[in-house]
Parts: sequence; C-alpha cells; structure tokens
Amino acid sequence: MDLKRGSSSQSAYNLRSALPEGEERRTLSVLVDNESGVLARVIGLFSGRGYNIESLTVAETDHTGHLSRITVVATGTPMVIEQIKAQLERMVPVHRVRDLTVESPSVQRELALVKVANTGEQRVESLRLKDAFRAQVVDASLKSFVFELTGDPEKIDAFVDLLRPLGLVDVSRTGVAAISRGPDGM
Amino acid sequence: MVDNKNGTMTGAAMVIKALTDQGVDTVFGYPGGAVLPIYDELFKQNQIRHVLVRHEQGATHAAEGYARSTGKPGVVLVTSGPGATNAVTGMQDALMDSIPMVVLTGQVPTFMIGNDAFQEADTVGITRPCTKHNWLVKDTDALSKTIHEAFYVATTGRPGPVLIDIPKDVQFADGVYTSPRNAKIKTYEPRVKGDLTQIQQAVELIREAKQPVFYTGGGVINSGPQASQLLRELVAATGFPITSTLMGLGAYPASGESWLGMLGMHGSYEANLAMHDCDLMICIGARFDDRITGRLDAFSPNSKKIHIDIDPSSINKNIRVDVPIVGDVGHVLEDMLRIFRSGGAKTDAAAIADWWKVIETWRAVDCFSYKNSDEVIKPQYAVQRLADALVKHGDYYVTTEVGQHQMWAAQYIPFEAPNRWMTSGGLGTMGYGLPAAVGVQMAHPKSLVVDVAGEASFLMNMQEMSTAVQYRLPVKVFILNNERLGMVRQWQELLHGERYSSSYSEALPDFVKLAEAFGGKGIQCSQPGDLDEAIAEMIAYDGPVIFDCLVEKHENCFPMIPSGKAHNEMLLSSDVDPEKIANAIKSDGAVMV
Repeated sequence: MDLKRGSSSQSAYNLRSALPEGEERRTLSVLVDNESGVLARVIGLFSGRGYNIESLTVAETDHTGHLSRITVVATGTPMVIEQIKAQLERMVPVHRVRDLTVESPSVQRELALVKVANTGEQRVESLRLKDAFRAQVVDASLKSFVFELTGDPEKIDAFVDLLRPLGLVDVSRTGVAAISRGPDGM
Repeated sequence: MVDNKNGTMTGAAMVIKALTDQGVDTVFGYPGGAVLPIYDELFKQNQIRHVLVRHEQGATHAAEGYARSTGKPGVVLVTSGPGATNAVTGMQDALMDSIPMVVLTGQVPTFMIGNDAFQEADTVGITRPCTKHNWLVKDTDALSKTIHEAFYVATTGRPGPVLIDIPKDVQFADGVYTSPRNAKIKTYEPRVKGDLTQIQQAVELIREAKQPVFYTGGGVINSGPQASQLLRELVAATGFPITSTLMGLGAYPASGESWLGMLGMHGSYEANLAMHDCDLMICIGARFDDRITGRLDAFSPNSKKIHIDIDPSSINKNIRVDVPIVGDVGHVLEDMLRIFRSGGAKTDAAAIADWWKVIETWRAVDCFSYKNSDEVIKPQYAVQRLADALVKHGDYYVTTEVGQHQMWAAQYIPFEAPNRWMTSGGLGTMGYGLPAAVGVQMAHPKSLVVDVAGEASFLMNMQEMSTAVQYRLPVKVFILNNERLGMVRQWQELLHGERYSSSYSEALPDFVKLAEAFGGKGIQCSQPGDLDEAIAEMIAYDGPVIFDCLVEKHENCFPMIPSGKAHNEMLLSSDVDPEKIANAIKSDGAVMV
C-alpha cells in the first residue's frame, strides 16, 4: 500500500516526517530556578545557536523552592544533542539536565484540546473517533464539540489528522511533559 | 560609607561597599541620569579610582585590558539605554575571549520600566546572549548579594562578562547589606579538579606518543600564573613541541626551546604542519576554533586528541576528542605532572628526537620571512624593529587592534610571560587596542604599554586618547599606516578578483596633529632607516604617543591557511604568484569568514 505520510487514510502513529539522516529526537528535562527571564535564556540558547526545538513546556513544579521544570524535545545529531546538554548545564540558573530518551525509560504525555464543528454523520463519526482514542468531551454545542485528549504526541497527531475532514476548527496542544520511570527522581 | 541608624544603607552606597569588599580598585565608566546616585557615592570615597572613558565601548575594552593583564575582573559602570547598548560589543568580546568582567548599568526606576521612558532599554534582554549571566535587581535588599554572586560567576569556571542592571529607585532606597561570604549560588559550581582516570589515560598516551604536540590557549592564562609554570614544567619534562593560539601567547615563553610559534590561519608553518601530522595532540585550554582548525574534515587526521577545558561545552563541539578532561588547567596539569613523574617521566625519546628532526625541516622554510626594502617600510620590518626595542626595554605589555597588524604583532613580538598580550581574538573587534591599553596602563603605571594598531582600527575608538591624556597614561599607539583596511584588502585580492570595494581609508587625518590636538605627542616615520631612532623616541617620551608609521600599502600577511583549506595547504609569502593565489580559495571556502 502506497500511503503518503500525513495522509488521514493512514491510521498508524507515524505521521511525522522522518528526521534528516543522522539526527535524533531527544526529550530533555531541565530543572531551573524560576527566576525572571529563565525561559528566555533557554529559548535564546536554542535560537542563538541554531538548535531545533520541537516542543517546550514549562511550569513551576516546586512553589516553595521556586523551581521550574522545563521539558524540551529537541532534534539534532548526537554531537549537537551533547552540545545542547552541555550548554544548558552551564547556565547559572540551571540545576540539572536529564536526557529522558537515553538515560532511563520515561513516560511522555501531551494534552490537546481539539475543536470540531459539524453536524449529521460527521458529528457521529467524530464521536466514534473520540471513543476510539479515549478522549473526553469537555464542551459541546449543537454544532460543535471540544475534545480533550492525553497521550504521546504521535497519538495526538493521529487523532487530529483523522478529525481534519470532519470539521476540525482549532487545536491547542500543551507540548510534551515527561518523567522517568521507576523510583528515582531528577 | 554612611550607614543609616538601623543598619541599612542606600543601594548606591551598597554598590560601592560591595565593590570595595570584592577588592575592586579601579572602575571604568561614564555617568548618566540613571547612575547618578552611584556616582555621588563614588565622589564621597577614595578607595576606588574611577576612570572616565570617552565612550562606553572604551570602558568595556579598558576593563578587558585591566582584567587580562592582572588576572582580576574588570569593572564597568555605565548608565541606562545608550550607555548599556554601547557596552554590548565589549561584553561580547569578553564573552568570546573568556575575560572576567562585571558591568553595572543604571536603569530607569522600576515603576517606569516598560513605559518607554527616557534612556530606557531592555538591558538584560539585549545583553542576555552576550553575558555569562545577568541580573535585573528590583529590590535593594537583594542588591549586594547579587553583586557578590556576579563577581563569583564572572571569575570562576570559564571566566566571562556579567551584567547587573540597577534601577534608579533601587539605588536611592535603603536596604540591608550582605557580605561576600554570605552570598553563594546553589546551582553554579564549576568543576576544577579533573577526573583522575582520564588524566591517567592521558599520561599513558603521552608516554607512548611518537609525534606529539601541545596545543595551548587562553585557558592556560586564565587559570593563573601557576598554570603557565606547570605547563612549562610539563613541556620540559616531556620534550614535546608546543604551539599556542593567539589568545595563549606568553603561557610558554617564545624563547623556550620547544616553542613552534603560534598556530592557525596566520600561524607558523612548523606549528600547523606539526598539528596536521601529529599522532597525539594535547589541547590545553583552547577550543578548536575555526581559525585554528581550518577544514574540519582534514584537521589532524591521524592523531589521538586529549582536551583539557573547564567548560564542558567546549569539548566535542567542533572536533571529537579521545580523552576529554573537564577541569581547571592548573589543577589538571598538577595532577598530570605528578602522575607522569611517578611513572618515571618516560617518553619514547628516540621517536621524539626523530619528530624534532622533521619539525626542523619545516622550521627551515622560515615561514615568516619577507622581502624587505630600503625605500619603503615593510610592515613586518616595522613590527620587528618595535619588537626589538620592546625586548631591549623589558617590562612591556602589547595590545592590538584587529587585522593584518594584529597578526604581524603575534608573529614577530615575543612574549616570555602570561598576561602581557591583550588582543581581541574571538570577536575580532576593531577599536579594541587603544582602550585596552588604557586599562593595562591603569593597572601597570610604570610599564611600557604599546597598542599595535592599523590606522582604520585606531579611528574606531581614538577618543580614548583623551582618557589617556587626562589620567597621564603614557600609552604608545604604534600605527602601521597603509591607508588601507589591510586584511579586507588582502581577502579582496585573494578571493574577490582584486575589486577593492570600500577597503581604502580615504581622508585620513594628520595623525601627528591629531596626537597634538589631544595633548599627546605625534611621530611620523616613512623611511626604514629612521625607524629605530623614531621608535626609541616614542618609548622615551613620558606621555601618550601616536606613532604614524607609513608602510607599504599592498603587503599581504603570510603564511595563510586559506579558509576552507587544511593545515598542510598553507600559502607562504614565497608562493605569491597570481595563479596560485587565484586558485587558493575555492568557492566552498569563499563562503567562510
């Protein structure tokens, strides 16, 4: 079967275009002091040195110690990934950097809110897909739904792609949050 | 220092106290609305000397010169907005050359930030990528602690510039002072001791090496005089040849018997070929920059590589190495020497002797030779005569601007000790040399300080002549005046078909009159035969001098590794036939800088 990547007739979770030869995708977890400008520093590092970010999430995770956890999905050759880690580690407000792709098994999740506007058979089909993907309805009107879906990024890609011909209006995604498996912390 | 009754003091007073507690004796700066409270406090005390520069960029380069020649951090104090933006070039320069520098900027009061107030700029935003770290202090109680942290960050690990932005209301408000020992950063703790197994592995490679070379850089100098001493001991103990980057000159003495001269794009033939043909490269405090490596895939193809650096991000950035050692050069060399000596300090002496024979054949090429003239001063000759006079005088410091003269100075002026040579290596900032000389002379009032300059670079920050005159700093500006942007002209000749687009310095001032207008002395020299006497006159004069040395206008700087080429594809001055030059740089190399 000759299926185009990104085609909605393809249900497999590999809709993303392949990475260039020699490049890898890594999820980095970065523990930082939640001080003013820290996110700009991290983003500035990536843009200034020409590194690729696929996804970035940040929120304060320790309100007493004022620590934030940044999860970055980056792509690059192993040498570039090593550079990214070293460059992050030497920043003054950075406590620790962990590569959750290679250092340990990890869980990666993203949350998406997906709005469709449709009626009739399209409305019924979108509800079937919602069930198939175990998404939740968080808003409904006679002409629309908002679905909430949690999963790895590929699952969300697939869900969104299937809804595209069914009256897809808007997608809002959080980006990846990740944590290592097992008892050990960062 | 006037403390208020309740043990607090104003933010402005706190700045002075924090600087004093950090051992600061000199600040380079320029006042303005947003730093007036700090200038008011400066006025009331005598411990810190303030040097009023004539442009904030000058303040940053002067601080760099001060820092590079003393090993202490350079301190800059400027106002908000244009004061801060003018300091940006110097901060990026210090970042790339790892110079410890603390920049204090005034800012509009906190309640006006974001309102496009007069002389407001997003200073921490603008300087985030050109500092090692920066802070906006919104609370007077946090001010002194932040200043102490800033000094710690600037001077430890890989040194670099930091900036503290202080709004004017924070300077006026009262707060509690924190002493330096109570200020510590929990996240920032650079590693200084190297991993002993890695060092052991490095020593094994040193023992077995047949064609080794030491490749050292500015990190040795940043590590302190002890590191240079240890380097000399290690070189003596192994008998290995040593070369250095532009930034590392002086760590190993130019008169040392293992010295190959500087390496890189305009480095010596023997140094570059030794790098290309070696079987073991021991990189100490250098970062495999493109001016050093030339074409990456042809860089030293048959060598094992050891890399000692305090900055983990410098390791495996451009070149993959076999034995990485993260740590301070001084600490690592101490361990390395101890381990090497404990094993009997043995090397493969026969192979090393053969290696030296090969190197001698390269040395015989005499790559820095040039065709001299009786009628016109060759720039190389001028620098050689200057070097001779400097050596005779002793106790000299040299700064440079950027371009051909910088490379000739590096090639011909010998440095026997570290911290004697200040140049803008990474950023290549024209206009660096004169203000840097001002900073050096402030720190070493009795020493001879010479800025080897080009006429175009000098014009970029010549206003600092006024600073030199005001503070009675007898800096000597030695201009190789070819009425050209020499290095630009050279590249246009080599790869842009001799189309000399805007590389001609038209409407130059009369430099002798210019010197006199500033209150200094001007000397002009155009005859090779008059050079020695004129240089002697320059050195003897007790005050700032501009020496206008009229040199051959079309001289090229050789040897040269054309961009995009490998070390063993160097051009020598004897190669200069038009066809070879035409083929020197192919289109793939031409896109590189």
